Amino acid sequence: MLDRIEHWWKSFFLVELFQGLRLTGRHLWKKKITVQFPEERTPQSPRFRGLHALRRYPNGEERCIACKLCEAVCPALAITIEAGPRQSDGTRRTTRYEIDLFKCIYCGFCEESCPVDSIVETRVLDYHFEERGEHIMTKAKLLAIGDKYEAQIAADRAEDAPYR
Amino acid sequence: MDALLAVLLIIGKILLILIPLILAVAYTTFAERKLIGYMQMRIGPNRVGIRGWLQPIADVIKLLLKEIVIPSGASKGLFVIAPILFIAPSFAAWAVVPFDAGVVLADVNVGLLYLLAMTSIGVYGVIIAGWASNSKYAFLGSLRSAAQIISYEIAMGFALVAVLMAGGSMNLGEIVEAQSGGIWHWFFLPLLPILVVYWVSGVAETNRAPFDLPEGESEIVAGFHVEYAGMAFALFFLAEYANMILISVLTALFFFGGWLNPLQGIPGLETITAWIPGTIWLLLKAGFFLFLMIWLRATFPRYRYDQVMRLGWKIFIPVTLVWLFVLTLMIKGGLPPWFGEAG
Repeated sequence: MLDRIEHWWKSFFLVELFQGLRLTGRHLWKKKITVQFPEERTPQSPRFRGLHALRRYPNGEERCIACKLCEAVCPALAITIEAGPRQSDGTRRTTRYEIDLFKCIYCGFCEESCPVDSIVETRVLDYHFEERGEHIMTKAKLLAIGDKYEAQIAADRAEDAPYR
Repeated sequence: MDALLAVLLIIGKILLILIPLILAVAYTTFAERKLIGYMQMRIGPNRVGIRGWLQPIADVIKLLLKEIVIPSGASKGLFVIAPILFIAPSFAAWAVVPFDAGVVLADVNVGLLYLLAMTSIGVYGVIIAGWASNSKYAFLGSLRSAAQIISYEIAMGFALVAVLMAGGSMNLGEIVEAQSGGIWHWFFLPLLPILVVYWVSGVAETNRAPFDLPEGESEIVAGFHVEYAGMAFALFFLAEYANMILISVLTALFFFGGWLNPLQGIPGLETITAWIPGTIWLLLKAGFFLFLMIWLRATFPRYRYDQVMRLGWKIFIPVTLVWLFVLTLMIKGGLPPWFGEAG
């Protein structure tokens, strides 16, 4: 009986509706949490897995030794490697190193598997393609990205080193 | 010559109402996006112009430049005429709305009936739009809309009967005049349940959340206007917001003394605020209800269809009927301060 009276009271005096309005009314005055993306960014972890890069040693020699571990571990089959002796000194190098970014799932396994820390994923997350075929990252493009962001990449690896 | 001049004068008055109305509609959409954003702790549109103030202009330009696609299976004539049928009554209804004492385009004695008629004609636009689109979603949306608008029309009609009884006239100006004498002479207190019924029916009539079943995105995409694009869609949008503003203004007129100064009857304060034109008071009051409508949308989830029907038929109509009886007693008993002179 009391329950029914309470129910009646609540429905005729719109009690719960007013409670709802009070809640949204309070939120109207609260501090807004929008991040204005291109100008402001949310903080990133040093382990962030974004666009790929191929690194070099400080003396300018490329790190990759064409062991093909990344190609083998890649769950999305996004990496294609062809290897051969380099013409100048005969060392084993990649003649072709390509990542299909449309296939890549950014799992980071390639980076984990790399014995020489050559293939890495950088913090770069906003990139786009304007022409068909641009999504295939060739060796030259990957090395260029590595050269451009080397300082950040090295700092992130150093910060994460104690946990590896 | 005189007749021509009279026609030009009327056209001038119409433009004087319509242009601010369309501007108000544009900025209502902006206010809605901003307010709902704020209530969801976002900041809403802020890129076009200073703090986003040119956003509605950008929207209008976008809609004007878009192609109006007519589906191949559509009934062309009706498809084109439907948005016009929807928007024309929502603009025409403004003819009897008084903005200040005597400031009204058509000072007719059956203003209330005219309003009911105009708000009902709009449903034809919705039905024809849904039918002419030759799409199942549009058709379902228009059926829902028709059933909903017709159901709530009854409750709304009864609510207006109560207003008519209290005001003793069907002329909107005279209804407002009947409320003069300060805040305690307004009709919102003796007609409180009627006010709630009228307001909720108004929200339902304009197909606004939480009664926006005709366009329920989750189940029927956008309801009756799925097939419309560009300016044809914009007309539906415009009409919906014009109706929102109309309902807000009417609520202010019927229950909150329209253009009357709320400080009337308080010595001192009344003379200080006497210079404020009545239109400002009306717009302030209507603005509050417009805000409330947006607030409702930000707060409540959409009703289920059977609940909408239950609310309309099994709750609102009995409540209004009972209150009509109570109101009759109040008027016959000459309850001061509202019905003192009767009896």
